[in-house]
Amino acid sequence: MSEYFLDPNVLTAPLLEPIRFGFGRGLLAAGEADERVVALCADLVESTRMHLFRDRFPDRFVEVGIAEQNMVTVAAGMAHAGKIPFTSSYAAFSPGRNWEQIKTTAALNRQPVIVIGSHAGINVGYDGATHQMLEDITLMRVMPGMRVIAPADSLEAEKATMALAADPAPSYLRLARDKTPIISTPESPFEIGPAYVLVEGHDVSLIATGTMTYHALVAAELLAGQGVSAEVVHVPTIKPLDEDAILASVGKTGRAITIEEAQTIGGLGGAICELTAGAHPAPVLRLGIQDRYGETGDPAQLLKKFQLTGPQIAEATAEWLQRSPAAHRSPTHTDAE
Amino acid sequence: MSDDVMTDEAVRAFARTDDEAELRKIAQVIRRDIVRMVATAGSGHPGGALGMAELLTVLYFNGMRHDPRDPGWPDRDVFFLSNGHTAPVLYATLARAGYFPVAELGTLRQLGSRLQGHPERGTLPGVESTSGPLGSGLSQAAGYAHVLRNIDQVRHRFVYTMMGDGELDEGNVWEAAMFAGKYRLGNLIGFIDRNNIQIDGATEDVMPLTDLRAKWESFDWHVLEIDGNNVRAVADAIGLSKAVSWAPTMIIAQTVPGKGVPFMEYDHRWHGMAPSPAQAEQALCALGGVA
Repeated sequence: MSEYFLDPNVLTAPLLEPIRFGFGRGLLAAGEADERVVALCADLVESTRMHLFRDRFPDRFVEVGIAEQNMVTVAAGMAHAGKIPFTSSYAAFSPGRNWEQIKTTAALNRQPVIVIGSHAGINVGYDGATHQMLEDITLMRVMPGMRVIAPADSLEAEKATMALAADPAPSYLRLARDKTPIISTPESPFEIGPAYVLVEGHDVSLIATGTMTYHALVAAELLAGQGVSAEVVHVPTIKPLDEDAILASVGKTGRAITIEEAQTIGGLGGAICELTAGAHPAPVLRLGIQDRYGETGDPAQLLKKFQLTGPQIAEATAEWLQRSPAAHRSPTHTDAE
Repeated sequence: MSDDVMTDEAVRAFARTDDEAELRKIAQVIRRDIVRMVATAGSGHPGGALGMAELLTVLYFNGMRHDPRDPGWPDRDVFFLSNGHTAPVLYATLARAGYFPVAELGTLRQLGSRLQGHPERGTLPGVESTSGPLGSGLSQAAGYAHVLRNIDQVRHRFVYTMMGDGELDEGNVWEAAMFAGKYRLGNLIGFIDRNNIQIDGATEDVMPLTDLRAKWESFDWHVLEIDGNNVRAVADAIGLSKAVSWAPTMIIAQTVPGKGVPFMEYDHRWHGMAPSPAQAEQALCALGGVA
């Protein structure tokens, strides 16, 4: 297991920055590194942070207007012509509106279009349910040949963007609008694929992705104070899923709680249940959005309403552990105490 | 109907030609292939495919810069078939041009075939893009053309796409129309197979397209209207389109659906229905082939 190099202040005074800001920096760096990188946007250049790339490489930037279906299909054509296209819009519209075009002209067509879905999750806040994309993880992970990545913070988003450009293939990168805590450091590793164990524990696996990894860390700290040893597994790459790392953790703890700012149906929660049901049956509690739409409100208040803050996750974990016996644990991970 | 029936024409690749009679002959060979393929498969879309034979023939045997021996030739022109349900005409054209064996046409729609029901890039040489869901070929062609013209500054290559007229009901088409006009994609040449039919009936009943020339001109396209079953008209239109460097060209090609098979012509029911063996024999006779 490689060291993740958590920010030492993550639990006390984390720095805040929108995850999408990291994408903007990463795209600029990717553009500097490889002239095949091009960028397309659907009238949301600054809010998806593509202006850094546009201003540096105006000839390699394409403004398609408010036309998400055209954006990804033009990108597919550009990919066929040898480019590495990044498309950006809000996740509610891309992949929300253009899913079939992504499937047919990028994934099935084997073209390395990289779809950026910004403003995903309930942290969009005041814009309400229409703009709070909660189904994107589910929609994209069901697509054969599609990679799905949800970085935990802006630093990881920056690395993920560069990694995607360096290994072009059909991909979905999920970003968020609101300022969220930076959990990692410039030294933290990022590769497409691996899950990262941020905190080791043996009572339960807290398996989180995207913005929720920070809240899982907070929950684990609170649980430790109550004598509960929670392992925190960060899953930035939801597809292809790091099955070995997940199974190793659940094999050790015998129980898992998945945490995501998205629909639990078919999302990370669905993915973990599909994996464990076949390979290591264990009780799984899926935290996230429970088969309903979002609503207007302050992002922090919404997070509370949907019971996704660290303290609420800790509370839900403690309560659930009371009534959910752990599954058989792997012999190599039996409790030592 | 066995696979070797596909090979009644001399099985050799036809070469590029400027000869009108030769082009007409190739189109007719391709039409016979289409009838046999769809009849053998027992399903497929003969109507539009038959009507498009001259368009594909002139593109692949006269207008386009390509090399069947090197499908990925970096200096080639690129053709995006947007109305992917007309795959039989693309497959027959590619086979007759030498991209793959003509005998393979007999495997259309069969399990394990490279000739999928709708074209899929990556398995069959010469297929530039996966298509079937309508409306997305023009924007892919526009993306490719934008790279050539406005990013890589390549001036001698052209990008072609083919759409059905019913396909114009799709919103994605008009998003692409605006895009190509904005970026002045003079290296982009589109065709509309204007055969006036779609699955549910006449295009003007299902969703009126009205004045297509005016529509495309208003999006800053150069527009030509031709008889799409006349090889000379098609060749001339392609030549003229190449000369128009300041705007993309849309060639509205009036075609006869089911062209060459009297009982299929103009009948929208043959959009997506395969002929019976007896009907296929009748069709092949009408097309001048050996049944």
